[in-house]
Formats: sequence, structure tokens, C-alpha cells
Amino acid sequence: MSPTESPVLLRVAGLRKSFGAHQVLESVDLTVRTGEVLAVIGSSGSGKTTLLRCLNGLEVADAGVVEVGDSLRVDFATRPPRRRLDALRDRSAMVFQHDNLFPHKTVLENVTEGPVVVQRRPAAEARADALRLLERVGLADRAGAYPSQLSGGQQQRVGIVRALALRPQILLFDEPTSALDPELVGDVLTLMRDLAEDGWTMVVVTHELPFAREVAHHVAFVDEGTIVEYGRARDVLTEPRNERTRRFIRRLLHPL
Amino acid sequence: MSPDDWHLALGSLGPIAAGAIRGTIPLALFSFAGGMAIAVLVALMRLSRHRALVAVARVYVSVIRGTPLLVQLFVVFYGLPSLGLVIDPWPSAIVAFSLNVGGYASEVVRAAILSVPKGQWEAAYVIGMARRTALRRIILPQAARVSVPPLSNTFIALVKDTSLASLILVTELFREAQKVAAFSQEFMLLYLEAAIVYWVICLALSTGQSAIERRLERYVAH
Repeated sequence: MSPTESPVLLRVAGLRKSFGAHQVLESVDLTVRTGEVLAVIGSSGSGKTTLLRCLNGLEVADAGVVEVGDSLRVDFATRPPRRRLDALRDRSAMVFQHDNLFPHKTVLENVTEGPVVVQRRPAAEARADALRLLERVGLADRAGAYPSQLSGGQQQRVGIVRALALRPQILLFDEPTSALDPELVGDVLTLMRDLAEDGWTMVVVTHELPFAREVAHHVAFVDEGTIVEYGRARDVLTEPRNERTRRFIRRLLHPL
Repeated sequence: MSPDDWHLALGSLGPIAAGAIRGTIPLALFSFAGGMAIAVLVALMRLSRHRALVAVARVYVSVIRGTPLLVQLFVVFYGLPSLGLVIDPWPSAIVAFSLNVGGYASEVVRAAILSVPKGQWEAAYVIGMARRTALRRIILPQAARVSVPPLSNTFIALVKDTSLASLILVTELFREAQKVAAFSQEFMLLYLEAAIVYWVICLALSTGQSAIERRLERYVAH
């Protein structure tokens, strides 16, 4: 089950990013193996979301290297050409905190938009693929509905299906349950656990410590733009070595 | 109204309606189509990263909004010939009206594009879309919904403004009314009749606006 032996899929070295004078990422190194789930935790403003966005080119890092598999290596020492960033983006798919579904398209159209319009797959095939994925998350009967007609949890599951339909190598999750009503969080987390069991490689920015402990293989704690602590999920979450990690976890577990 | 008045009113309805159908309505439609093409182009220029494009777009909008439509019309029809560019009344009117609508509508289009949440751009990028595709398939359809009410205002104003084309010899609704009025000397009757025909056209447009809004809002939760 643990993918500790599988080949490295994502390698990040010396990643830096600042917005104006504000240095958001100091120097981040990271390795994710195929089939591994990495949970990235840390307080808001720590840089974890920026890290995630740098992995697929939504933000362009100022320095550092991102490698995916053996074939793609993007060096940010100079601003990479658009085509390199596109290649980077095509390796992954992101699920947002707010699902960002396209409101003017039906659930099915949301899912098939990328495969048909961007990847040029045959419409019938993409459609069948999408319906199978929707079936799997229990939303096949809502294929013709518009996003506004779904609950928040359903919207987020469609957001995940939209990412899966792109057949990416890596799934990136940016606090996918933070904007949901508490009683809807479970459905989404369950789906993510199933995806992990299916062997998807996932990087998950989250505040859900129980999820991180049970599903993630490794946990990275980000503070002030660097990874302060990294290790096996159980180790980091139950016996954190770093004082800042300890304080953060205590605050999440005992908010009062 | 006397029987003679009724007779004149009904008899003049023919030429006035013909002026609307052959003049006012096609003039408004062509000008609006041209104006919208200009508007989208100018809005995208204003939103681009290239300073020169932004500057050109700003100057254009400023000139169009800062000068009277009648003056713009006269510059095209009476002014350009002195530069050796002679344009017939009809194309002159369409050029002038299109440029005018383009200036006003570009601000509507720009605001509508900006009203689409940033997350929609990002979601489009994440599924692999280039900027152009994202704009066409994701952003503009959502911007369209927001811009229908203000663009309907622009269109209705344009329908009425086409009456200015009578001053550069285009045969349209108002010019037909003027001709009958000059002949019969029944100014009040003929100009009221022209006003009513404009009003009826605009009522029809308002109905059309509601239908388009309903269609574009089918995906919005109520």
C-alpha cells in the first residue's frame, strides 16, 4: 500500500516566489512518489497555497526547479516560455477551495469541456468517460443540471470529477473542503480517500488533520515560506519534532 | 381628430412604416452589429497588457463619448469628402453609428468581463485552455448575461438616434414623416405619428430583451 518504493513523480528544488517585496516561498524542496498522497499543512499565509499554485504554473516561481517524471524539467531561473508552463500545467489538475465550476455549462459539459475542447478527444468517448466518473461519485443523474442546482458538496465532487477527466498525472487540491458546510465535508473527503486508494498521486493542502493522518503518506508543515517539518503522516501529526509544528497542531486540535 | 386627419394619419402610415422597415431598422441592426464588433475589440484592448493598445482604446472612447453624435455623422458625411473620401449616405450613417455604439458599448463589455470572477479564468487555465479559448468559451458567455440590460439601453438609444441620419439624406422613418408633414402642413399629427412608431419599435425591443435575459439566466439559481 505504501508507495515508498515507487519512482519519484514530482521533484521540487529551491522553489522561491515573492509578490513584490513579500517573500512567500523562501526555498522549498519536495519529493512526491507515484501513488503517494502528500498533505501540506500550515497556517493561512504560510505559503502553502502559493506552493501548490507554483506546481502547475498558476503562479510562476521566481527561482527553483520543478520536475515531473523523467521527461519534464522546468527551471525558473529565467521565466520559462509559455510552452514549458503549458506542459507543466498539463501534467496536473487542480481542485479549488471554491469549486469554480462553469455556471453556464451543465455538470456534464463542465466535465467534458477540457477533454473535448483542449485535449481534442472524441466527444462521445469523453462523454462516456464523464458519465462513468459521475456515476462513481453518485452524480450521474445530475449530469444535465447546472452547478447552481447542486449542493456545495455535490459541486465540489463535480469539481473533482472535472479534474479526473483530464487524466492528469498529479491531482492538486487547494483546501477542497474549507468552503463547505461541515456536514458536507465527509462526502468529499471520502471521495478523496477512494482516489488515494486507487493509486492517484495527490498533493493536498488541507486543514483536515484526521484526513491527513489516515489518508496521506507524508505530511509537510509549511511555515513562513519553507517546509519546517516533513515526514511520515503519523509521525508528524502525532509526534511533531518542530516547536512550530507542535503549536500549530495543538491549535487545530484544541481551538479553545 | 377630423375625418381628414384620420385619412392623413392612415395614408401616411404606409410611407412612415416603409421608412422604418427599409431605413430605421436595418440601419440600427447593421450599426449595432458593427458597433458590437468594435466594442469587444476595444474592450479587449483596454484590458490588454500592452500600454499602447490601452492608450489607443482610451482615446477612442474619450473622443466618441466627448463629441456629439450629430457632429460625428457630419464629419463622416460632409467632412471626409474634403480629404478626397466620398461615402454615400447609407454607408456614412452605418460607419458613424457603428463607431459611436462601439465607444459606449466597449465600456459595458469591459465591465462585464471584469465582473466574471477570477476563479473562472483559473479554472479554464487549469483544464488547459489558452487565454483566447478561455475568453471565448468561459468568460464572454458569462459576461454576455451581465451586459444584456445595459446593451439593450444602447440599442434602444441607437434606434432613436438613427433619426439623425435624415440630416445626411438617408431615407428613414423620420425623413418620410418630414416629407408628408411639409406637404400637408400637419406637423403635430405627423411628428406624433412618427413618435408613436418609434415607441412601438422600442416596445418590441424591450420584449426581446426580456426573452434574451430569461434565456441567458436559465442557469442562475432562483
